[in-house]
Amino acid sequence: MSGRICRKMTSSSDENDSSEQQTPPRAIVAGHGLLPQGLVNAVDCISGRGSAFVVLSNYGLAGADIEQKLREAASAHGIKVFFTDLPGGSATLSVRRMMRSDPAIVLVTGANLTTLLEFVFQTDATPAEAARSAAEKGRSTIAVFADDTASHAVGGKL
Amino acid sequence: MSVALYRIDDRLIHGQVVVGWGQPLNIGFIVLVDDNVSCCDWEQDLYRMGVPPEMEIMFADVITAVRDHDAYVRDARRGILVTPDISTMHRLAEGSGTIAAVNVGGIHHRPGRIPRLRYVFLTQDEERELAALAASGIRVTAQDVPNARPVSLPELLASKSPEEKSE
Repeated sequence: MSGRICRKMTSSSDENDSSEQQTPPRAIVAGHGLLPQGLVNAVDCISGRGSAFVVLSNYGLAGADIEQKLREAASAHGIKVFFTDLPGGSATLSVRRMMRSDPAIVLVTGANLTTLLEFVFQTDATPAEAARSAAEKGRSTIAVFADDTASHAVGGKL
Repeated sequence: MSVALYRIDDRLIHGQVVVGWGQPLNIGFIVLVDDNVSCCDWEQDLYRMGVPPEMEIMFADVITAVRDHDAYVRDARRGILVTPDISTMHRLAEGSGTIAAVNVGGIHHRPGRIPRLRYVFLTQDEERELAALAASGIRVTAQDVPNARPVSLPELLASKSPEEKSE
């Protein structure tokens, strides 16, 4: 679905292209509001591999319902890798609960676009290896570009 | 300082509590009052993981929370006390006798609950229990995040969910 959204935005000529290669789901992206959908849509716009992810928003759900939906999605696709947005968020806590009964689950929290892009291109690695590599890549690309002289001139540090 | 927020939220510790309320209120501690969590080390570890290092989290069952409530209020830091449901908050309020206001922050869909706001669903028993809280002199409002408009209890109980309004 995420791929379709991106292609609608960028080109309408290939919308009915049945030969399009869909990457099977390998991970679940879960988090707050529209962020999971947005992140995966961006992955698809950049790489065409957004279908590697199943998305789940915690919007309007109690903690137990989030966990149930995550379990159902994971079971339906045989997924063991989860990306979440916020370490203290309810999706993260739900996956941590699932890990209690399934030690094969791999959780990456604090995921960003770089993290997900790295993951979709790690096709030969095991899920755990791909997740670790993705987390490292995502962490390493966070940077601050600031001209301290300019920020002082407008009234103080940011 | 004191307990700045008494919150009913079935997710307990999560982004809205730790970041949404925690940062603007400059929260130094959270008291999680839940009989099911207070007796389970693993559950406590889970919630501890969701709280930043500068924030202390304490776990208590209702009896302990009633006993220690004065200490929470006298704490030099500002705190949030969160319960998973109305019943737990009601028992705590009755036991302590000093809670002035309760925030309904998140009670999500369950069979038998009626949608009131997009983040508040209530059974008739739960509505009666909120009304009882209010009747005891406690100001009850619904508000998920600090910059949202607080919804008074009469307005909450009279309201229909956004889905129903559009019908």
